[in-house]
Amino acid sequence: MGPLLVMKNIVKRFPGTLALNKVNFDLFEGEVHALLGENGAGKTTLMNILYGLYRMDEGEIFYRGKKVKIHSPSQALTLGIGMVQQHFTLVPSFTVAENIMLNARKFEKNVSDVIDRIKKISEEYELRIDPNARIWQMSVGERQRVEILKLLYMKAKAVILDEPTAVLTPQETRALFRAIRLMTKNGAGVIFISHKLKEVIEISDRVTVLKNGEVVGTLKRGEYDEKKLARMMVGRNVVFRIEKKPANLGREVLRVEDVKALNDKGFTALNGINLEVREGEILGVAGVAGNGQRELAEVITGLREVSSGRIIFYDKDITRESVSKRISLGISYIPQDRKEIATCPNLSVAENLFLKGKRRVFWFDKRKILDTVKTLIEKYSIITPDPLQPVKLLSGGNIQKVVVAREFELHPKLIIAEHPTRGLDIASMEFVYRSLLEARNRGVAILLLAGDLDEIFTLSDRVVVIYEGRIVGEVEPDPSNLEKIGLMMAGVADV
Amino acid sequence: MYKIKVEKRLEIPRYFPVLIPLFSITISLILMGITIWATTGKFSNALEAYKEMFSWPFIPEYGLSDTIQKMIPLMLTGLGLTIVFRMRIWNIGAEGQLYLGAMATTWGALFFLKDFQSPLVVPILLILGTMAGALWGAIPGVLKAFLNLDEIVATLMLNYIAYYWVNYLIYGPWKDPHGYNFPLTAMFPEHTWLPNMGDTGIHLGIFIAFGMVVIVYILMNKTRWGFDLKVIGDNEKAAKYAGINTKKNIIFAMMLSGALAGLAGAIQMLGVQHRLQHGFSPGYGYTGIIIAWLSRLNPWATILVSFLFGGLIVGSEQLQIIMRIPISLINALQGIILFSLLASETIFRYRIRIVKR
Repeated sequence: MGPLLVMKNIVKRFPGTLALNKVNFDLFEGEVHALLGENGAGKTTLMNILYGLYRMDEGEIFYRGKKVKIHSPSQALTLGIGMVQQHFTLVPSFTVAENIMLNARKFEKNVSDVIDRIKKISEEYELRIDPNARIWQMSVGERQRVEILKLLYMKAKAVILDEPTAVLTPQETRALFRAIRLMTKNGAGVIFISHKLKEVIEISDRVTVLKNGEVVGTLKRGEYDEKKLARMMVGRNVVFRIEKKPANLGREVLRVEDVKALNDKGFTALNGINLEVREGEILGVAGVAGNGQRELAEVITGLREVSSGRIIFYDKDITRESVSKRISLGISYIPQDRKEIATCPNLSVAENLFLKGKRRVFWFDKRKILDTVKTLIEKYSIITPDPLQPVKLLSGGNIQKVVVAREFELHPKLIIAEHPTRGLDIASMEFVYRSLLEARNRGVAILLLAGDLDEIFTLSDRVVVIYEGRIVGEVEPDPSNLEKIGLMMAGVADV
Repeated sequence: MYKIKVEKRLEIPRYFPVLIPLFSITISLILMGITIWATTGKFSNALEAYKEMFSWPFIPEYGLSDTIQKMIPLMLTGLGLTIVFRMRIWNIGAEGQLYLGAMATTWGALFFLKDFQSPLVVPILLILGTMAGALWGAIPGVLKAFLNLDEIVATLMLNYIAYYWVNYLIYGPWKDPHGYNFPLTAMFPEHTWLPNMGDTGIHLGIFIAFGMVVIVYILMNKTRWGFDLKVIGDNEKAAKYAGINTKKNIIFAMMLSGALAGLAGAIQMLGVQHRLQHGFSPGYGYTGIIIAWLSRLNPWATILVSFLFGGLIVGSEQLQIIMRIPISLINALQGIILFSLLASETIFRYRIRIVKR
């Protein structure tokens, strides 16, 4: 029997980037096919195309052997393709049954029939839920169950689950996996999107690994193990090598002592993390995205409160200091979201360069600022027609240069660089690398948080691996340690 | 085969900030003309109305001093809203803040400083009103900063509280015993009045208002603080990242916004009404929202815009008297102006192209 659905040579372009490059993907009835890859690899984009949320630029989709064009989610649902998105689409003030009916677009006169049917399905798949409960009273895990029930009620044959375990407790994850197995037993195909290796290995029959919008490979159960998948995920394609002088270590700049903190959802993100960085050293923190890297950067810069532990900067406890105090002490931060956090999109290049200017200055001398700005634009070769141009009109690489220029000109003693080259072209990437290395050679301490191992190996003097909010080990930044790091990143403890 | 394509403009031409308000005012005046024509059944009535609107309020012997009198509170409330709107905080409570300013000033003039004969009495009364307005702005500011309570709801609700407080006072304890039972307080003693400039009928409040334009302009455009507000308005996350204390700034900006509305109330009491009375404000606080928008959040532009709107109010009162056009029609016109302004903002962001397929 042929596959349930086939996606062939899918190409999707977003302004400035190629999100998907000739991706092939298929799904058979009764299997779990995992889509594995880093954040930004294109997993969700591919599935949004299948579910009719995005239009593809090139490529074909076949469903049960017939070529189909999917323009909307409701069309996808009629075909039998359903998706549980990361952000749930439920009406909070409605009951479970009402939400399910709404999704089915069929308003049954006899509600008790619907409720009976929901009860039957929820028993069959062991997804316990009260059909009369209202959504706003439910936990995230329960809401997800409702989302899945919505699809089962519609008798969806292909079920897409986008990062379903990200919001679940371990117990809820087990229940979800049970339901997935029951679904495949009943002949449905499940597409499981994740970047967590362990889960993918536990649940999948096949795995397709995506990297930078391209398929690295598709492997059957038995053909892969954690090592192999980790390697495929992080990849290895060193484009250029940068000369690196041996590190000249100085005093200890930053020490993070047993820090614990919660993430935005209120779950533990940092679970007793310890590390230290010295003058003239780049400490690379390797890890799969979502293991506490962002939260680590935020507790050091003061953007997130710690629940316990201490942060020491040059022998001084700064755990309770404000963000502006830490900036003035010399902590610079290049965040991963340059458009959402690091810049004000509608303000000018000049104003963005001045964003962290001295707080105590009362008068805002535009001319003086503009003069400084002009030299900065030249020094960091920022390409902009005018310093007064809104920063959002610049390319990603140039916005990053604005951020780098600003952070470097604060004359920091510590730089936290979080995915500093994400989405940049080779030239801008090299520029960022060189800037970081120059700062290191001047004696600045640098904490590099990146998922890309090439970047870590190119820059770091020392590498530690973060997993579930804890440092699980330290390795030499040597390409021969790639597999070891991959396993540590995947949370395999004994290496 | 041709196709009409609507696409976003990449660049906004420089003349747009002037063109858009003019365009929307023209559109709304046309709509008003049609409405008058439709309600009275005579086309000549619409033309007559235009003539009245454009002449009476701006002729010195007739309505000009009235227009300037009305312009002052509009300018002050509009200025205050300019500050918070730049931060994208939607304070629609200027009306309440103005009421509270008027109330505090009245209390000072009638009770607290009744017998205090000094040239300082007017400044003190103005400060009293300003502080009351600032307090009324601070409440939703604190609620927003610490509890993330929606400022639109909070400021709107506080308007009603202020309004009914004033009503309670003028219908109850503060009612003028010699006022034939009208809802108003006794006249303020004359030494608390803001002096007029000669016999022009224009009081000194105009200078205070102009002074405030300069202060707000400097604050917003020349100081670090104004820059911080701009950053918070554009991207609050970036503001936090840059070490700006967003909570403090939100509260402070709301206080300043309320202070200017409170000052408007105080000036209105001391310069024009000389007593607190029912319905003393024809919605200055709400019109201030339109003023701030039409000025495109530029302090200097509020001078011109509030002058025109003062004229609009005076002209409409004139229409009421001469042509018996109900005041609600004028309110509708103000609504139409704001509506067409917002609509043209959006529409002008796009351009229409005809392309060959």
